[in-house]
Amino acid sequence: MTRAVPSAARAILDGDRRALARAISQVENRDPSVAPVVRALYSHVRNVPVVGIAGPLGVGKSSLINLLVARLRELGRTVAVVAVDPSSPYSGGSVLGDRIRFSRRADDGGVFFRSMASRGEAGGLAAATREVTRMLAAANFEVVLVETVGSGQVDIAVRDVATTSVVVLVPHLGDEVQTLKAGLFEIADVFCVNKADLPGAELARKDLAELVGLAAARGAWTPRVVSTSTFPTPPLGIAELWSAIEDHERFLDDSGQRATEERRRLATEIVELVRERVGRELSERIDRAPGLRKLLDEVVARRIDPRTAAERVERDRPRRG
Amino acid sequence: MPHAHPTTPIRVLIAKPGLDGHDRGAKVVARALRDAGFEVIYAGLRQTPEEIVRAALEEDVDLIGLSILSGAHMALFPRVLALLKKEHAANIPVFAGGIIPDEDARQLKRAGIRAIFGPGTSLQEIVTTAQRLVRSAA
Repeated sequence: MTRAVPSAARAILDGDRRALARAISQVENRDPSVAPVVRALYSHVRNVPVVGIAGPLGVGKSSLINLLVARLRELGRTVAVVAVDPSSPYSGGSVLGDRIRFSRRADDGGVFFRSMASRGEAGGLAAATREVTRMLAAANFEVVLVETVGSGQVDIAVRDVATTSVVVLVPHLGDEVQTLKAGLFEIADVFCVNKADLPGAELARKDLAELVGLAAARGAWTPRVVSTSTFPTPPLGIAELWSAIEDHERFLDDSGQRATEERRRLATEIVELVRERVGRELSERIDRAPGLRKLLDEVVARRIDPRTAAERVERDRPRRG
Repeated sequence: MPHAHPTTPIRVLIAKPGLDGHDRGAKVVARALRDAGFEVIYAGLRQTPEEIVRAALEEDVDLIGLSILSGAHMALFPRVLALLKKEHAANIPVFAGGIIPDEDARQLKRAGIRAIFGPGTSLQEIVTTAQRLVRSAA
């Protein structure tokens, strides 16, 4: 398959940050004209660490990312940050405030920071974020950090995006029963107890260490627990946090899990993309296309139930494979 | 160039250049723009013109809003405009708010700041103007 490489893709590969920023907007906007760029970049994507930083509001994710970026620059690595914040379900607007904690030399070309709004599409967001992280990898960033609130059904599913998931917590988030609940605690490859300068931090760390010791359920990796504090100068635990992340990345390579995990993520991504496209197409046509209108009329008149109608819609779709 | 899709939100960068720490106004405006459906990238306090322009380009915004109460607007705003021009991004409209004397406001408008809001401006006027600036830039 030979296709001309679109000039935008060429520019992104050559390090043009504006071309990159524009292409990211197009992906966010579900602009179909970006498809040739995405396609052309795909073969240039390298397997870089994509580190998800998840956790409740106010635990210090943005501050940690700022310090992780500084640490990575110290180590000579280039790094891109994608910070996802929620969109308002009412106005569709959002305030993306993760840049506030972000500082760097304005002329440092080795760092790129982009804010993304969730835009209400819980499922599709993971796919868009993955497309963006791949663009960043193709643009030669050696590490990608993805910041996100939570990891439930409404928020971005961190594990569908990240190669290493860091869950950030603080002391006094609740008793140890919280750690038994499903969700955030199950996805962590690394736990970060931030604000470790506060009283109760050592207890939180011990609770987590115990939980981790009990679990050891997911494969052969035992999640790490790292204490950090972004408040003092110099901050505490940042180098340790990065080396825990690197240890997990090394484990992915040594155990062969990187390939199996990536295969799983790609499968999820394809399913999501198809679901989004088919769903959008159908919602546009359901009360417009004559055949579908008639079917809907029948359902409204209680002659056909919605489930049967859905089966018919599905049956009449052209299929392949 | 932006808005391939009619429902695509407007992306706006709200930043405070210079050294004053009075960000209440910027936050209120950010909130009003959010409620009007904008995606507001809030860059916060003490930004240099270089940081502001870089953030605007990385975030691919449609609009930039600057808030200033320190009196340094005659030094900082033209610098932002000059950097945008240097980056071939002079098409991104810039509006401003804060304590800016009328004579300075006239000069800044001639220099390319598209709208300037003083104390007492209604939030609705800011929202409407922001929408108009983006429409006319597209």
